[in-house]
Amino acid sequence: MGMDRRKFIKVAGFSTLVGLGGKSAFELLFPGELEAAFQAKPEALKGKRWAMVVDMKKMDEATARKCVEACHKVHNVPNLDNPINPKDKVSSEEKVRWEIKWIWTEHYHNAFPGTEYEHMVEKVAHLPFPLLCNHCDNPPCVRVCPTQATYRRPDGIVMMDMHRCIGCRFCMAGCPFSARSFNWRDPRPFVKEVFQEYPTREPGVVEKCTFCEERLAKGQLPACVVASNGALIFGDLTDAKSKVREALKEKFTIRRKPFLGTNPQVYYIV
Amino acid sequence: MAGNGNYKNEFGVFAEKPKVQKKIYDRNRVFAGLAIFLVLVTLPLWNNLGKVVPAPKPSLDTPAIQKLAVKDKKCVEPTPWMRANHMQMLVDWREEVVRNGPRDYTASDGRKFAASLSNTCMDCHSNKSQFCDSCHNYVAVTPTCWGCHLDKEKKQVAKAEAK
Repeated sequence: MGMDRRKFIKVAGFSTLVGLGGKSAFELLFPGELEAAFQAKPEALKGKRWAMVVDMKKMDEATARKCVEACHKVHNVPNLDNPINPKDKVSSEEKVRWEIKWIWTEHYHNAFPGTEYEHMVEKVAHLPFPLLCNHCDNPPCVRVCPTQATYRRPDGIVMMDMHRCIGCRFCMAGCPFSARSFNWRDPRPFVKEVFQEYPTREPGVVEKCTFCEERLAKGQLPACVVASNGALIFGDLTDAKSKVREALKEKFTIRRKPFLGTNPQVYYIV
Repeated sequence: MAGNGNYKNEFGVFAEKPKVQKKIYDRNRVFAGLAIFLVLVTLPLWNNLGKVVPAPKPSLDTPAIQKLAVKDKKCVEPTPWMRANHMQMLVDWREEVVRNGPRDYTASDGRKFAASLSNTCMDCHSNKSQFCDSCHNYVAVTPTCWGCHLDKEKKQVAKAEAK
């Protein structure tokens, strides 16, 4: 079959047009048909850049413990000190190696290394700073993940997809805040009160704080914020009237290791 | 000279074809061994010959399903479709919820469901061992869902305690 150049260009051009316009034409004729099956819940909290401010003036040991407990309870985070079966008890060295933490506390010199100095205000030096994933704007864990199991959502949350995690632990090496934990063993024997609405993890995956994205989707604030009695403030940084913006405007805050350039989004009022 | 002579190959004409023994050494043993091997390999076939394995009957007898009114006793999508495509649907739900965010699934008949294995599917089908497992065992597939997702069956607690 012969085809002259003129006819060939006509056919090729037309096909390209149809190919390019196919989806938009479909959208024009049947609007929303393609993505209709899934919607966000109407009560979901929507934000463009979630962030947290920790008010250390309201934070004490008891409040910090409440925050940690609230978080670890609703996410089925194993407590190695408290196995279901006493036979599973782990030694203190094993606990250090295997511990899973989404939110935990450290003293100032561990939370903000390099900025501590002698003769510091004693009260600040001994405060329990709650530490968690900083949901960095420039997250190194996302850059190193070979399977995109860790990724940055459009609302700023650095999220984990456990289905894709292959347990290579590059992200743990990448994270300068030690916010990630690897499941060296089955967490289930160490989850005494199972929270039925949230899955556990398997051996071989890395986990971390997700800013309670499953609670945000239901219109609830993160579990630690609810339990903190006002010491933790959560909100949208792009909204000038949000609580975090107000807190940032009023008080001077510090962040963990900002000089590394990851742009952490958890701010501390000291 | 024995034979008919004039055997020819590319090197010339020879008087006699070289003698090559054409025989299987230890013939009886070899064939006996082969027979035993064949029987062993096909043993599972012989073993199940004539037996009928009953098709699985996934049980719908759970408190949550019994509470539903008769007209509401239907799955997220029509049953035949679910039977064939539930795995693809779960993958779609997973992709949508974990990676894209939206959590409400609108079924083809307009009803809305939270896209969640543990909190939607398992709320009704709280009998994993008689529902999910009955077919999965029959076709010998082992989905990896349950390493993380909780099946809400009471057995789970008992098993963890027994460990």
